[in-house]
Amino acid sequence: MTTLDEAGIAAEPDPGTRKLSTAKAIQEAIAGEMRTSDDVFVMGEDVGSYGGIFSSTTGLIDEFGPGRIRDTPISETAFIGMGIGAAVEGMRPIIELMFVDFFGVCMDQIYNHMAKIHFFSGGNVRVPMVLMTATGGGYSDGGQHSQSLWGTFAHLPGMKVVVPSTPYDAKGLMTAAIRSDDPVVYMFHKGVMGLPWMKKNPRSIGPVPQQRYEVPIGKARVAREGKDVTIVTLSLSVHHALDVAENLAGEGIDVEVIDLRSVVPLDRETIQASVAKTRRLIVVDEDYESFGLSGEVIASMTIADPTLCSYAARVCVPDVPLPYARDLEYAVLPTPARIELAVREAVS
Amino acid sequence: MTPHPSLPAEVRLDLYRTMVLIRTYEEAILGEYHADKSPGFDIGAGLIPGEMHLSAGQEPVAAGICAHLSADDAVTAAHRPHHLAIAHGVDLRPMTAEIFGRTTGLGRGRGGHMHLFDPATHFSCSGIVAEGLPPALGQGFAFQQRGSDRVAVAVAGEGAANQGAFHEALNLAALWKLPVVFVIEDNDWGISVPRDASTSVPSNAERAAAYGMPGARVEGNAVEEVWEAAGLAVERAREGGGPTLLEVHTLRLWGHFEGDAQAYRPGLDVVADQDPIPVYRDELLAAEVLTPADDARIREAAGGRVADAIAYAKESPVPAAADALDYVFVEGARS
Repeated sequence: MTTLDEAGIAAEPDPGTRKLSTAKAIQEAIAGEMRTSDDVFVMGEDVGSYGGIFSSTTGLIDEFGPGRIRDTPISETAFIGMGIGAAVEGMRPIIELMFVDFFGVCMDQIYNHMAKIHFFSGGNVRVPMVLMTATGGGYSDGGQHSQSLWGTFAHLPGMKVVVPSTPYDAKGLMTAAIRSDDPVVYMFHKGVMGLPWMKKNPRSIGPVPQQRYEVPIGKARVAREGKDVTIVTLSLSVHHALDVAENLAGEGIDVEVIDLRSVVPLDRETIQASVAKTRRLIVVDEDYESFGLSGEVIASMTIADPTLCSYAARVCVPDVPLPYARDLEYAVLPTPARIELAVREAVS
Repeated sequence: MTPHPSLPAEVRLDLYRTMVLIRTYEEAILGEYHADKSPGFDIGAGLIPGEMHLSAGQEPVAAGICAHLSADDAVTAAHRPHHLAIAHGVDLRPMTAEIFGRTTGLGRGRGGHMHLFDPATHFSCSGIVAEGLPPALGQGFAFQQRGSDRVAVAVAGEGAANQGAFHEALNLAALWKLPVVFVIEDNDWGISVPRDASTSVPSNAERAAAYGMPGARVEGNAVEEVWEAAGLAVERAREGGGPTLLEVHTLRLWGHFEGDAQAYRPGLDVVADQDPIPVYRDELLAAEVLTPADDARIREAAGGRVADAIAYAKESPVPAAADALDYVFVEGARS
């Protein structure tokens, strides 16, 4: 069933049968919004003729030209700050900074300016900006190009943090992010983009409606229903969790998988409803273990109702930088093997 | 100093009025700030809590530059923002209410004196050194994309010119010919560190050459010379000529913040003699542009406006603690 919101954009329409990669779904969302409003533009390193290092902007320059798909110098503080100023003046910038690992060089613009201006102004100034970046490891790119870090931005107030796992959600969440009057950090995992030069998850290419639509920011998705264990996760780990769930179904272990889709806002209600059913909670997170998403989810369930969970565990990156050597990297990533082990322990 | 020969009397009087209004305002804020912090100084106590960075001595910069701007133009200031806010026409009532942390303030009490945001005049400021410059590029970019002749003025202290954000911003603004005027207020001091211990060049204006833009330095803290140099820079930006870097050698008359005893600062006893406001008043009196009676009227008018703003702030309600979580997002979510 398709519904239309006030802006005439279908909210979560049926997926249909046309298939796109996540990267193409993002491009399509951006193009759709750019056609509707001259205020939308894209700016960042190599977003123009290169098409974005992870193909988030491929082809856009052909339709919209270098004035609106604008390559920047390697000056992250300047061009992220530019996005903020343009947003304050009512434009709708989409700023890409290729790897989330690079945000340290311009963190002040992100957490002291982009995220705080609306609050400092007592609600009088809006910053409708999308800050888009790639996350995740698994291809030996080393510890400065492989982090996830969504917990860092979720921890600092004033930014919405969106992390799609499927092409369908990638398009709908990007459309919602562009149309949001709040600053949105949009984090796509390289492993879900469907890139030809990277090991592809089979679900990184999936059904995407042609029309414009929004996936509301802040609503988690039950990716698989089950009654024995709840896995709460996001991004590439959703696919790992689904693979594990399918494997274990033959053994009579019924796993429910919750795809958070956004970290801020965090849909605690959906998690709580699931855990109330299964009573066993596992959080899978490709971000670091301590002080992050997994702790937040488990703590908030315990606080909501101390009797809710009979079991809680987490599968995260232990508190070590992502190593380079393949065997070392896969030892710390939340692999399907680690997830499966955690599920078996939960039901034993 | 020789007055600028072509400067009309009304412009000169306006510059003087603006400087007097700023000083009157800051003297009043200073009084309110300290009145409730004696006998023992407690930075968090009283009607105006927190750090207070006043701009006394730097009025020529604000008056000379903002005289060329309208409310459609943007001004981005640093953490010492009052002179620029006032000169750019920010309404004194909500500005003062914000400094007092009241619900009627520009930020409904969420920002404070270092975080003033006024959409009506496109005024903003930042508490982080040099980091207010990049957003000004974005304002200039929006003006450029929309085909207007509006400009963005980005103001920072001389200490900020050694920050990365300054250099990134200058390069990008010059590369894309953005309608931005960069202004460095060189008051000789980055808190306690003198300019010659922080900066490798005698004049930051020289740094403009590295980015292919014009640079100019105004010596002597003279408002009419600031006015003249700023006029050229603003005109260049309006006409699509791109950015200019303008440095003004100005004066920090008081401490870095209120409560700063400035024990590190030699020659403090002569600082008051360099106050640009009496200097300019004497000049206007000598030129018979200003009479003592005019001066009295200007001061009285300024005093009235300031008293009104402070009374408004004091009469305004303080925010309810229950509302502390408001305005994190436009749309409801807090987590």
